[in-house]
Amino acid sequence: MNGLNEKHKPPRDQAAIWVEDLTVAYQDKPVLWDVDLAIPKGVLMAIVGPNGAGKTTMIKAMLGLVDPVAGRVEVFGKPFREQRRLLGYVPQRTSVDWDFPTNVLDVVMMGRYGTLGWFRRPGKAEREKAMHALEKVAMDPYADRQISQLSGGQQQRVFLARALAQEAEVYLMDEPFQGVDATTERAIVDLLRELRKQGRTVVVVHHDLQTVPDYFDWVFLLNVRRIACGPVETFFTEENLRLAYGGRVAILGERKPIADDAKSL
Amino acid sequence: MQPQVEIQLIAAVVAVACALPGVFLVLRRMAMMSDAISHAILFGIVVAFLVVESLGSPFLVFGAALTGVLTVSMVEGLFKTRLVKEDAAIGLVFPVLFSIGVILISRFAGNVHLDIDAVLLGELAFAPFDRLMFNNHDLGPKALWVMGGILLLNIILIVLFFKELKLASFDEGLASALGFSPALIHYGLMSQVSLTAVGAFDAVGSILVVALMIGPPTSAYLLTDRLSRMLSISAAIGVISAVSGYWLAHWWDVNIAGSIATMIGLIFFLIYLFAPRRGVVALLRRRNYQRWHFAESMLAVHLLTHLGQPEEARECHRDEVHKHLNWQENHAKRVVRRALQDGYVHLDKDILRLTAIGKKLAGKAVVE
Repeated sequence: MNGLNEKHKPPRDQAAIWVEDLTVAYQDKPVLWDVDLAIPKGVLMAIVGPNGAGKTTMIKAMLGLVDPVAGRVEVFGKPFREQRRLLGYVPQRTSVDWDFPTNVLDVVMMGRYGTLGWFRRPGKAEREKAMHALEKVAMDPYADRQISQLSGGQQQRVFLARALAQEAEVYLMDEPFQGVDATTERAIVDLLRELRKQGRTVVVVHHDLQTVPDYFDWVFLLNVRRIACGPVETFFTEENLRLAYGGRVAILGERKPIADDAKSL
Repeated sequence: MQPQVEIQLIAAVVAVACALPGVFLVLRRMAMMSDAISHAILFGIVVAFLVVESLGSPFLVFGAALTGVLTVSMVEGLFKTRLVKEDAAIGLVFPVLFSIGVILISRFAGNVHLDIDAVLLGELAFAPFDRLMFNNHDLGPKALWVMGGILLLNIILIVLFFKELKLASFDEGLASALGFSPALIHYGLMSQVSLTAVGAFDAVGSILVVALMIGPPTSAYLLTDRLSRMLSISAAIGVISAVSGYWLAHWWDVNIAGSIATMIGLIFFLIYLFAPRRGVVALLRRRNYQRWHFAESMLAVHLLTHLGQPEEARECHRDEVHKHLNWQENHAKRVVRRALQDGYVHLDKDILRLTAIGKKLAGKAVVE
């Protein structure tokens, strides 16, 4: 298995994201154990694994939001701290307070703050870019809407628009499909594909195993340690899933039980 | 200037200076941190006073402000051990520092201006007696200069870092990913709160500092959806509370700081009741409207179902309809009366018939 993995590993300086020997621990309890990962440029990659597998931590480590106790993360061959501009982030929708006194356009404009840097205030150019990003997720009619008035799916689209406004090369998304309606799910998938078409790299923490082969071309199976990583058709196998989920996954191809099992683990 | 005017001016300046950073405390769910800071700084004030032996020294102000920041980091350090919850950590840290401050006053500084009554409620009435002199010119009350300076600093900092404060308060993760250190912003804000609390402490005491930092922003939050407006409305509520509180104290001959805090509570209560969209009254009204609207929709759907059917005369008769819907007769009559008033139905020989908009209402209710 490892041999096969090696074959799909891009050289270090060509990888969009390169993770080496990454260990992250909360209070001496490791959530990620010595993970190696090389994400080639231009793939649409799902991170899958059971609850507590460290999927969110993996994304946070790539963004420098948690400090690893060992290992390193590089973005296009350089430490991520020098490459922040290249990373777009879609946190879990529930990670913020949607009663915050602000409107949709304002939230999307926050995606431009990194480029602006300290002190400089957003102006007309930022407003236009934010509007453009809102159009991409069909949320432009809601630009002036107070964010507390949005539905779950709309909140998710606003977060996606904010990431688009970052104009990043690599997008890291934490469960963008969580609790959204079918229309929004479709819209998100279309958007992910468009990003891939533009040569962007997209990494998505994903829960619904059933849709992995439909939505993604690359998969990273994780359960504290790396299980497997590579093209979906080669690595999204029953054996690997069993390794990741501890042998309790129903046969692939059955409609529902896989995702449900995964959640109840 | 007359002392009366000066006191109101000081109170208003203190109110605005406290309300501005208070907005971010409220939004970051850190309201109780203002309580901790405003009490714990007593320790810093006393220690700094014992070192510099003057209450007016800028060294005292900054030294005491450091205690505020120290309090925050002690609370966070205790919380991070996961042995203590955050609110309990706050409850542990600040009373310790506060009481050490109280002991130090009674032991070493009992005969100076620092006394324990003033610590809690301050004494605004005496503020005009402490004047700032320069070459024998009277430049006005010292408290006005100190708080004016702190207010100016707060305004400058918030204008300069508005975008950063907003981002870090709304989404810490993104702020960090974009390279704006949330820790730096957090401690910056805590320093600002501490400095403001120290400055205001002398004039208004620690209770009023909490009231001024939390009351106006919480009231403003119910009135607006925009952060910038929340800041200006908080400032305005602060000024109104300060001035009205002063006059309340004047008429009743009571403590000014206490009256201002009372006014803050009263204004919050009024806004809580009567805020146009989020107030209790608006909420009850909306709920009442929805209830009737739903009842009218049910009636409309019922009428639509039997429209043009042979049983229509029976099912849709104005005096029979309640039986078919299994409603109380009085309730059904009121719904029918409302539906007639709103133009959803009209009467055709005592038979209820939907109008065009009534049909639309029924259609919408069914689709939804």
